[in-house]
Amino acid sequence: MLTTRLDKVLNWGRANAIFPATFGLACCAIEMMSVVSPRYDIARFGAEAMRASPRQADMLILSGRVSIKMAPVVRRLYDQMLEPKWVVSMGACSSSGGMFSNYAVVQGADKFLPVDVYVPGCPPRPEALIYGIMKLQDKIMGDKAMGWRERYQAEGTGEVEPGIA
Amino acid sequence: MPDATGLELIAQRIRSSLGDEAVTGTSYSRGQATLDVAPAAVYDVLAYLSKGDEEPWRRLMSLHGVDYLPAEPRFGVHYQLLSMERCDRLNVRTRIGGDEPHLPTVIDLFPTVDYQEREVYDMFGVVFDGHPDMRRILLPEDYTGYPQRRDFPMGGEPVLFTFNENQYPRWYD
Repeated sequence: MLTTRLDKVLNWGRANAIFPATFGLACCAIEMMSVVSPRYDIARFGAEAMRASPRQADMLILSGRVSIKMAPVVRRLYDQMLEPKWVVSMGACSSSGGMFSNYAVVQGADKFLPVDVYVPGCPPRPEALIYGIMKLQDKIMGDKAMGWRERYQAEGTGEVEPGIA
Repeated sequence: MPDATGLELIAQRIRSSLGDEAVTGTSYSRGQATLDVAPAAVYDVLAYLSKGDEEPWRRLMSLHGVDYLPAEPRFGVHYQLLSMERCDRLNVRTRIGGDEPHLPTVIDLFPTVDYQEREVYDMFGVVFDGHPDMRRILLPEDYTGYPQRRDFPMGGEPVLFTFNENQYPRWYD
């Protein structure tokens, strides 16, 4: 009883203070920047503290196409982030390759890292990204079945299993 | 651009100093003057055009690779020369065949050609002999193949729509 309550409080805190990594890949990054601006104001959802280091961030927004040369870099940034961590794939390109159906671009960033939320659009409107982040909040606060480890059969790979605390 | 007559005069001067087989043809269309050059003579022709006293083409603006696949010889390399004195441009074009085409580098004539020759190597697999650092420039080092060749697969993945959903059974697995 107590542990589940504590878990809920922890997840509530995690969901309402998401630190995104300052990491722009392409044109979607312009929309990502305007999400932080006063007009759209992601601070309303507690995700305005863009961290310049992956070690301090817990959400990676893949804002744009991931080229095959960039993919190992993105993967390394993801690996450097501390658990718990989430990935939002923003736009058509990072979700599926988008218009770049060619030799240079990874056809979907979920080929090399687990993605929690996909935001469609080319580029998505800032409102769409905010909606994606709200979906992510639901996911963080929701039950474990929404997590990616179950979907990717990766139970036991976390440093600290959520729910133990 | 030199006009058609000027182009013929340039071709004539090259032929008289480097031999008849150096220039294989000329073409003048849409205001663009182009010299077709035999691959063996590329270096000599460019040296003549850039360093010679009669010719003013001191700069190389760009170098491109082309794949004319069904045609033979398959590959083309285009050099675009610029004359600041004459405010004029001249194209030099060569065609090379084979799966591993080779050309002499012109890096000692035009130092700017360093990265451009590497890019042509990266995308088309044209090896420039004598280049000090002939390796990939844009693609990852471990990439296999030359993606701008016409017989290189397009890449990408088939996009799933409602009409072709049943062509990929169990796509949701």
